[in-house]
Amino acid sequence: MAKLKKSPWIIHYDGSSCNGCDIEVLACLTPLYDVERFGVINTGNPKHADILLITGGINAQNKKVVEQIYQQMPEPKVVVAVGICAYNGGIFKECYNILGGVDKVIPVDIYVPGCAARPESIIDGVVQAVDLLEMKQDYFEKNGISYNKAMKNKNESNKENES
Amino acid sequence: MLEVILRGLVFIIAAPFVGGLLSGIDRKITARMQGRRGPSIFQSFYDVRKLLSKQVLIVNSLQHMLVWGFLIFVVFTGVLFFAGEDILLVIFSLTTAVMFMVMASYSVNSPFSAMGSQRELIQMMSYEPMLLISAVGFYMATGTFNIKGIMQANIPAIVYLPGVFAGFLYILTVKLGKSPFDLSNSHHAHQEMVKGITTEMSGSVFALIEIAHWYENVFLLGIVGLFIVSNQWWSWIIAGIVILITFFLEILIDNTSARVKWDVMLKTVWAITLVVGGINIFILDIIR
Repeated sequence: MAKLKKSPWIIHYDGSSCNGCDIEVLACLTPLYDVERFGVINTGNPKHADILLITGGINAQNKKVVEQIYQQMPEPKVVVAVGICAYNGGIFKECYNILGGVDKVIPVDIYVPGCAARPESIIDGVVQAVDLLEMKQDYFEKNGISYNKAMKNKNESNKENES
Repeated sequence: MLEVILRGLVFIIAAPFVGGLLSGIDRKITARMQGRRGPSIFQSFYDVRKLLSKQVLIVNSLQHMLVWGFLIFVVFTGVLFFAGEDILLVIFSLTTAVMFMVMASYSVNSPFSAMGSQRELIQMMSYEPMLLISAVGFYMATGTFNIKGIMQANIPAIVYLPGVFAGFLYILTVKLGKSPFDLSNSHHAHQEMVKGITTEMSGSVFALIEIAHWYENVFLLGIVGLFIVSNQWWSWIIAGIVILITFFLEILIDNTSARVKWDVMLKTVWAITLVVGGINIFILDIIR
């Protein structure tokens, strides 16, 4: 147990935002906050990541990118939407190109409030994400569901929805 | 024969622990150099345990097999080395292992992965001559390619091979994947090619790569020690100290330099090989 707790690896994606939240996400890695002491690594590679941190809203262009990053992450995975823009588009909500928050395209597990979100609250969001990761893994293990099977079912149901 | 098997077994069991700890200490020292607290020194073990429990997104079954090939040949290299066999065989076996890694990375369609393997090949091209010169140097200094024989020399090899040792330390930075020569696979992604050679590997497949790197690092630091040991018992203590200093210097260089382009790496590594390694061998040939 607690296999994921000590090494949550993060991938950070910047949607339609003012870059404020992104600066704060990176601030978490600096000597002042130093999230690496909890084993957190900013991987930049979806195939190595456990937690997807998204800042900023979804627009017509990055919709596909966000979907693809989410699909490339191995199970179990958690999505954290950082800042008000990732929740519903924030200050850009009424713009012609904005589709809305991150939950318009992929399932979001945790919302971190703020404009821009403070590093403290981002770290708090990641800590909650780690607990959720553990819960997801326990669920998979307890019910004897293999990750590949779960993903296959998900993909099939996606296909049905599309058709 | 029994002794050889025993030494091999000890390496197979102990090397992952030593390698994982070294990698954890590396991250701790790196963090302290950057004014951070840093993760626990057991962090690498936590990482691998997590990777083993994650889903594996298998791109193709060939890649899985080739990654296993990489691990098996790296372990084989280390076993040959610590069992005291022929050093030429050790170097060729290491080359085979890296070829498996390159092929594993080439077997997928990802451009990042392909670019990583191209760079890995360039790295091989740059460090391979120096590795062979080291083997030749050991032969000229001690009169044998056999590692057991080299360890029983009256005078440690470094007395005859200071230049070759310096050259070997230079290529060690390439082999350990440290800045400024971390071209094919960086410890920190977020570069122009994501994670390079390991981009397409996930879950337990990536864990195998990590474990193989632990074995490889222990073996490489073992070669550093081989330069120092002689038939005196205290030479082993000095070898241990030199290995630790080498390891610390590698971390220092990693943290104080930026990545160079491939041509700079190739030129400097070959220049060092030719000047320091070549002249050392040349002089040794004249005086012996």
